[in-house]
Amino acid sequence: MTLVEVRHLVKYYAGERGWFGLGRPRPPVRAVDGVSFTIAAGKTLGLVGESGSGKTTVGRTMLRLQEPTRGTVVFDGKDVFALDAGPLRALRRQMQIVFQDPYSSLNPRMTVAETLREPLEIHHLTGEVSALLDEVGLDAAFAQRYPHELSGGQRQRVGIARALSVAPQFIVCDEPVSALDVSVQAQVLNLLADLQARRRLTYLFIAHDLAVVRHIADEVAVMYLGKIVERAPAAEIYAQPRHPYTRALLSAVPEPNPRAAKQRIVLPGDIPSPAHPPPGCPFHPRCPHPLKSERCHTEPPPLREITPGHVAACHYAEQPM
Amino acid sequence: MSAPPSPLVGPALLRVRNLKTYFVTEHGKGTARAVDDVSFDLYPGETLGIVGESGCGKTVTSLSILRLVPEPPGHILPGSVIEFEGRNLLALPAPELRAVRGNQIAMIFQEPMTSLNPVFTVGDQIAEAAIIHQHLSRRAARARAIDMLRLVGIPDPDERVDHYPHQLSGGMRQRVMIAMALICHPKVLIADEPTTALDVTIQAQILELLDRLQQELGMAVLLITHDLGVVAGHADRVVVMYAGRVVETAPTERLFDQPTHPYTEGLLAAVPRIDAPRARLHAIPGQVPAATAWPSGCRFRPRCPYAWEKCQEEPGLLETGSPGHTARCWLVTEPERRQVKR
Repeated sequence: MTLVEVRHLVKYYAGERGWFGLGRPRPPVRAVDGVSFTIAAGKTLGLVGESGSGKTTVGRTMLRLQEPTRGTVVFDGKDVFALDAGPLRALRRQMQIVFQDPYSSLNPRMTVAETLREPLEIHHLTGEVSALLDEVGLDAAFAQRYPHELSGGQRQRVGIARALSVAPQFIVCDEPVSALDVSVQAQVLNLLADLQARRRLTYLFIAHDLAVVRHIADEVAVMYLGKIVERAPAAEIYAQPRHPYTRALLSAVPEPNPRAAKQRIVLPGDIPSPAHPPPGCPFHPRCPHPLKSERCHTEPPPLREITPGHVAACHYAEQPM
Repeated sequence: MSAPPSPLVGPALLRVRNLKTYFVTEHGKGTARAVDDVSFDLYPGETLGIVGESGCGKTVTSLSILRLVPEPPGHILPGSVIEFEGRNLLALPAPELRAVRGNQIAMIFQEPMTSLNPVFTVGDQIAEAAIIHQHLSRRAARARAIDMLRLVGIPDPDERVDHYPHQLSGGMRQRVMIAMALICHPKVLIADEPTTALDVTIQAQILELLDRLQQELGMAVLLITHDLGVVAGHADRVVVMYAGRVVETAPTERLFDQPTHPYTEGLLAAVPRIDAPRARLHAIPGQVPAATAWPSGCRFRPRCPYAWEKCQEEPGLLETGSPGHTARCWLVTEPERRQVKR
């Protein structure tokens, strides 16, 4: 059963004016440019991309932490963007977020207990702080501590407990382990997996690290310059990536194996600015596909089904590289 | 990866012995023993990886080599030795140290955004070292800067030389940093998390560039990173640090085949693998202790699955029997203990 559906989501940021606001407006930044996907209840979609791909904007816009430019998000049958403040607040109880940086996402003047009680008060709910702490693997004694007394991993556990406090169905996890050391990262990933199983949570898991996503996602979508370029069940996308960008991303992950004699694809050039996406296929200036042609410069490839459940936006997705 | 310089013959280029760098913490309440008796050698032409998590002392080690630790609050304790080509850098008068720093030993940092001066062109910043150390004229230094930009793969170097850092992307800035570090053809390059702030496709470009330049210029690289994947692909030998100490050293393949210290073993098991099916990750329980209060005995003991009474006393780096492989763990002498997990 589908819990979340995103259809043709678009988010443009107005271009800045140069010359102290007096010059001509610059072109808008196309942060998210027509993104669609669904997430089934109890499942995890991994949303992967590099800086500027729009992955964080997708998560924030879905929760209406930012207003969309166009598009629809349907959550549990309700049109999120059509709701007024009252019903939106009620719906927010079902949709929570865990942020990347556990250092800046907790109020330094609030104790852990106060941080966890705040959402309960907003939503007129009752809940036990000690039970929440226990659920995320923290001792009840942490309730009276302030964020600066906690390590990065402990802070991220508090951030997760805060999201859980209102018993949501859906959590956007925005790079929840990127700021953590490897040994602690594994603890937090395991915790998220346990909570999902116990509470039947649905996750949108945003990350830049394909290896991390592999350990949590049921389905993976790869973004480049505001667009999804490939989406498939997790096992499938790792075994048989179709888009040249996904293939390059996979090959670029440094593997902790000195004998990994894999064919590394090192992409040339930089990620273009989302204010000036290249025409045609946005990936064509960096694309290493041997069949790359004139068509790629002019004709944007649609996201099309290559095998059942596996879509990719490449004219030559069927051909090996 | 450069050709492995094995067996490691000849004298080491850089010898670090019993390095202790401590910091006085706020209000003078305590002493953070950030680097606490670290020793290792760097041989000509090799890449030595120093790997560890936040707070293990790897960055302070690299800063100590060039005496870049701010004093106070930091200080390098007497008895520490950093020997480069037979001279102890820690005992060198300032002018002689300056002749080494940025000339024979150069460094690149994690944050290319904050390590470049925003008000000078990249050309000026690259040329500076050549003017100071090699006494080139401004014109000759500028020509060298353009050559360096070309060497590090920056397109249109004749134009880029006059650009300011804000006009460049993160990857380009890191290339500029590398050009700046290499203009005097150093014998040692210290690279402190050179790709951590970069996207994965850009990281791949920079690591490939460093490998190529090392081969062309024949320098030794001290690669400091938290990423075991980066170490696996680019280092000849590895030093693993935990809680201010070296806990294991080994040739790279040996370390990944036979990690001996339980911390190395735990760290390797905790890395999410791209080639493994979805499964629970192995986590190391607990967290890194504070540098003001390292545990007594073996510093990994509170988190170690094998710890027993003997671990109340910390061993030195013990020879495992495999060439160049040492570990600071009693399991080296009592391997049967590995069968008993807590």
